[in-house]
Amino acid sequence: MGRALAVALVGLNGHVIEVEADIGQTLPSFVLLGLPDAALSEARERIRSAAQNSGIPLSRRKITVNLVPASLPKKGSGFDLAIVMAALEAAGDVRRTGGTVFIAELGLDGRLRAVRGVLPAVLAAIKAGWKEFVVAEPNLAEAELVAGAKVRGYGSLAQVVADFDADPQDLVLAVPDGPPAAAGSDDDGASAGEQAPPDLTEVAGQAEARLALEIAAAGGHHLMMVGPPGSGKTMLAERLPGLLPALSDEEALEVTAIHSLDQVRRGSNALIRRPPYERPHHSASTASIIGGGTGIPRPGAASRAHRGVLFLDEAPEFDKRVLDALRQPLESGELVLHRSAGTAAYPARFQLVLAANPCPCGKAAGKGISCECTPMARRRYFGRLSGPLLDRVDIQLQVNRVQLAQLSDAGPRESTDQVAVRVKLARDTARERLRPFGLVHNADLTGRILRGPLRLPPADTALLDRAMGQGSLSARGYDRVLRLAWTVADLQGRPRPCADDVGLALTLRQRGEGL
Amino acid sequence: MRAKDTLGRSGERVAADYLEDKGIRVIDSNWRCPSGEIDLVALDGSELVIVEVKTRQSRRYGDPLEAVTAAKLRRLRTLAVLWAREHRHVIGALRIDAVGIIMDGRSAPSIDHLKGVA
Repeated sequence: MGRALAVALVGLNGHVIEVEADIGQTLPSFVLLGLPDAALSEARERIRSAAQNSGIPLSRRKITVNLVPASLPKKGSGFDLAIVMAALEAAGDVRRTGGTVFIAELGLDGRLRAVRGVLPAVLAAIKAGWKEFVVAEPNLAEAELVAGAKVRGYGSLAQVVADFDADPQDLVLAVPDGPPAAAGSDDDGASAGEQAPPDLTEVAGQAEARLALEIAAAGGHHLMMVGPPGSGKTMLAERLPGLLPALSDEEALEVTAIHSLDQVRRGSNALIRRPPYERPHHSASTASIIGGGTGIPRPGAASRAHRGVLFLDEAPEFDKRVLDALRQPLESGELVLHRSAGTAAYPARFQLVLAANPCPCGKAAGKGISCECTPMARRRYFGRLSGPLLDRVDIQLQVNRVQLAQLSDAGPRESTDQVAVRVKLARDTARERLRPFGLVHNADLTGRILRGPLRLPPADTALLDRAMGQGSLSARGYDRVLRLAWTVADLQGRPRPCADDVGLALTLRQRGEGL
Repeated sequence: MRAKDTLGRSGERVAADYLEDKGIRVIDSNWRCPSGEIDLVALDGSELVIVEVKTRQSRRYGDPLEAVTAAKLRRLRTLAVLWAREHRHVIGALRIDAVGIIMDGRSAPSIDHLKGVA
């Protein structure tokens, strides 16, 4: 009997799998048991060739491999190495492999290939109490991100078995020549993701929008921008991730684990430190946004934007079902997907940024003289954005086209770094204040807290009270203004919002009532 | 005779010698009938042994034993009965063995004998 360990991923949850191999004294064949999917079943063919070409051929008898627990569905090619090690141990070619977790795919030439999802797999195995890992070289940086993991990375099967005491004479130790490892489709070499985010100095004018962006970043508020084409909505949204503080160790690991399911992360870029930015196209399907796929569902754009920014440009053009599907993660910070092969829960605590034209033709800005849309068309346009979704968007801002004078103004503009410093301070203040309530951002504040422990003196909320009394502000809108007011105060370094802060907050959501 | 058949024949001779060494008495070889061919028929004590021999020059195209398919093994069972009827042999016990031989023509042949494969 030979045994080796591998990890099966169901979403982000990993289960340590015991791979058993037994050799029967009968005609050569290879039987793989334990709910393998198509890619995993093909391991039989890959493994025989890989072992042969590494100079350590598999037993010329019947090899039976069982993946325990057999009832858990297993998918993908990451089991290859564990299967071949178990088979070789059963044949007595390598010493005991027990206690080591193997995660790699094999090429026919015996090369070890990187697989996706190494980070969550290693995390799960560490949690289950295993410490030693063997992965393909390109996966090494990613696997080593996990504290406490003793990881070895190899280029070929022969190198692995040499370290497990196989007879070194016959081994083909040289890593086979061939295209660089990046040739595999699973291996995108994720380097582009970490370039410096665009800077705020490039934004001309737009004082109000800049302020809104700063407040959104400081309080974690969701943001909606309405403005004509060319007013810089996308430009502004792209600069929001840069204003957010770098991810903490724990957050970075969470985010990297999700992205690891999508692509192999290598080198110094292995850990994602910048808040991610996702901008799906408005033709995107529900599955691509919230996650899905056959068998065990994979994460979508909303989960890839976890701890970062999800930007929906032309928001009213999105399918209504897609938009409404976002309500669950906005509420709970998590997406739970049920499919036949299993249930996967992916975190999705993102900051939502919506952009929309003032009307379908986009010309209704200013006086809107040239707008060709019928009132019905305009109503339908915004009707796609359901009330419950907009309810969670604290800042609803009108963005106007930049005037020539502002565009050519060469005066100094604040850079992303300058603003980010203020954002960081405001966030720290908010965190301290909200700790007793178990919250982090002002955006998470509920009406009960706002009107209870954090109640403001009536003199400071007089403006709001009047607006509500006149019927121009709903109870829900009242709370949203208060949330924003607290963030404004944090940015100003005030212990609590004054009447001016409340007034400013009120202007930041005027569009909301008109929509 | 074609080269592959010559190789096959010499492989069968090697296999027969090997089995005799092991105390298995070979009583017939290359028995043919319309349903197919049996490479070797032998007696291991009172047990009738039908032997399928596969010979190759190298393992470059895989192990010779990999070429013994399930269909061939089923056919051997039928052939065993046909052989026994023709030779008026009463089958007490029947066993099917496979022998894989690598003969590269330079070194001594390597022989892989599997008992009771079907």
